[in-house]
Amino acid sequence: MNKAAPQPLYLDNRENNTFRFILNELKPKGKIFTPFNIISIPVIITGLIIMYIRFTQGIGSVTNLSQEVPWGLWIGFDVVTGVAFAGGAYVLVFMVYILNLEKYRPIVRVTVLNGFLAYLFYSAALLLDLGRPLNIINVIIGNNFGVSSVLFLVGWHFLLYMLALLLEFSPAIAEWLNARKAHKFLSGLTLAAVIFGITLSVLHQSGIGALFLMAKDKIHPLWYNSYMPLMFVVSSVFGGISMVILEGSISSKVFEYQLDKDHHKQHDSILHGLSKICAVGMFVYFFMQILVFVHQQNMPYLFSPMGYWFMLELLGFVLLPMLMFFQSYRTHNIGMIKVASVLTLLGIVLNRMNISIIAFQYDAAMRYVPTWQEFIVTFTIIFIEIWVLRWIITRMPVLRKSPDWAKSNH
Amino acid sequence: MKKIDRRFFLKAMGVTAATLAVGTSKTIASDPAQEVGDLPELKGILFDATKCKGCHGCEYDCAWEHGLTEPDVIDEDEHRKTDHTRRTVVNKYNTSKGKVFVKTQCMNCNDPACGTACLTEAMYKTKDGSVIWREDKCMGCRYCMVSCPFEMPKFEYHSTNPKIQKCDMCYHLQQQGEMPACAYNCPNEALYFGTRRELILEANKRIAENPDLYYPHIYGEHEAGGSSWMYISPVPFEELGFNTKIQNKSYPALTKGFISSIAPVDILLPATLLGIYEATKKPKSGTHEKEELS
Ligand code: SF4
Ligand code: SF4
Ligand code: SF4
Repeated sequence: MNKAAPQPLYLDNRENNTFRFILNELKPKGKIFTPFNIISIPVIITGLIIMYIRFTQGIGSVTNLSQEVPWGLWIGFDVVTGVAFAGGAYVLVFMVYILNLEKYRPIVRVTVLNGFLAYLFYSAALLLDLGRPLNIINVIIGNNFGVSSVLFLVGWHFLLYMLALLLEFSPAIAEWLNARKAHKFLSGLTLAAVIFGITLSVLHQSGIGALFLMAKDKIHPLWYNSYMPLMFVVSSVFGGISMVILEGSISSKVFEYQLDKDHHKQHDSILHGLSKICAVGMFVYFFMQILVFVHQQNMPYLFSPMGYWFMLELLGFVLLPMLMFFQSYRTHNIGMIKVASVLTLLGIVLNRMNISIIAFQYDAAMRYVPTWQEFIVTFTIIFIEIWVLRWIITRMPVLRKSPDWAKSNH
Repeated sequence: MKKIDRRFFLKAMGVTAATLAVGTSKTIASDPAQEVGDLPELKGILFDATKCKGCHGCEYDCAWEHGLTEPDVIDEDEHRKTDHTRRTVVNKYNTSKGKVFVKTQCMNCNDPACGTACLTEAMYKTKDGSVIWREDKCMGCRYCMVSCPFEMPKFEYHSTNPKIQKCDMCYHLQQQGEMPACAYNCPNEALYFGTRRELILEANKRIAENPDLYYPHIYGEHEAGGSSWMYISPVPFEELGFNTKIQNKSYPALTKGFISSIAPVDILLPATLLGIYEATKKPKSGTHEKEELS
């Protein structure tokens, strides 16, 4: 890099420009009336109204939560399932920055960005679900540390991991703002952020499984076991990767103009590699499930409605996509990889929803069914997240190549 | 060189994985907190189902004492549960020995699942035995409700500043040296307030003196690691709608293995990752060269 540039003066001059530049970037780009916008805008408006009602009339006014089922869709789907979906970020940075598998570098930024936004919005969902959200400050300022609480540990690992993700993504922001000095500094932090990010991920992914350890008598024995933390980590690997596959396929269509020509060939080879990771991860997971099943002598439960439901989850949404991943790895069938990733994601939804909602209090007299308001709010959160994602991708070098000056800093 | 590095770090990784695996499966660990919980100074209340006449007086006493709504007309045949408007209920059960009344409320466990679950220590086991809920700390996450095996914390879903309602053995009265409201007012001496040690001695005495009257078991002496509320009854507790799945081990013991594996992973994993990074790093000059090592 050329060191001759008069740095302080240069920064001063830019300050004004940066401000104007950001103002300019805030304006929408592209068409307003796309199908996605037409669907998402009314949903978001309704969702915001529901959130207002929730804060003025209590959680019970818009949800079906009860004394028996204290956690519903907002925790079960947005947080417990969403965190598994966002697991791709730590797996990919592990592959690219720790194992130095250069092949996957083109998708690492978008995955990290997805992960960061997912965590940001799931924390928002979490705040919505807290009855006394202001008291969350007690945990953060250390007024009271419930160090023996799994939720406490999950919360802190969650929070720190968001920071790590932000650091991992920050070079892209610096490139967007053309902040060369900051870019150099932030790129230097990446490795540290990656190492701590992976550690924090392994722990909070397993911690989410550990949250349910004390609910031993409430969760159906086919789902409850003391290995839940380990199972949650393993399934977050292939769940996260499946999300990367799906998102990658969608965004390479939507944001095609951002990509260069050799992208497609490259992308197929990336998907091919990812399908192998999924297949192996799912094999390990399936094997663990079988071991637990045998060890806990769960056979008697198998031929009951809950048993059939369990078999559907394990055979239809773990074993089947696993075989498809193996098969498509051997035959280079990219279409099949995409189908398998969708099935895998549905399997993760099923598993997480089963543990947190469906097989939770499975013998309660009153079953919990989410209200339409709970669904709308969930969609609202997802849609706003997509809006923000789109805003960032169209502006920052996420999918497209970094500017030339930034290359040497990697 | 590189080969040795890799082997070393694979080993380190193995150790980490083993820590995680052992940590998560080691749930039958011995439990020091349980011993603390068994300290004889802990206060408790013994409910004697042979003495309760089902007057529901304690329900009114409890409601008055805690500013909750008075119970409605009570349908004797309905098995009611506690909720955010009532910390305790008395239900009638038709058993093999005729009708028996049972009072239900939070057990004030020795090693409470709710207290371990709570990330702000809003649920808190005091030295006197009460498991109290502290309004200024609770953030309303309801993890205590998810974890309590007796499903006792109840949440005010329709409030903008919701509270958790559950029996705290009238901690505020105990602080002033008084007895819990229900135990003080019970006209039939079905509720006996004292230290846990006294209660267990008393319960054993009653059972020994009247073996025909009592079923020989003190519910709450060992269930869920023991609790401040304890029960004796004329019939097996299954007949009285007690949760039969409750384990004798304390519930927090189920997460101890996981909690204790966190620190080792937090330390070992970053070191392992750094090692792998060093081992797979390409020579600095010329990133496009192929890795020339085996
Ligand atoms: S019964 Fe439930 S709420 Fe009461 S102390 Fe025990 S764990 Fe806590
Ligand atoms: S709802 Fe309140 S008392 Fe219960 S675990 Fe959460 S913070 Fe603690
Ligand atoms: S001890 Fe106090 S809070 Fe508990 S049931 Fe009796 S009156 Fe209610």
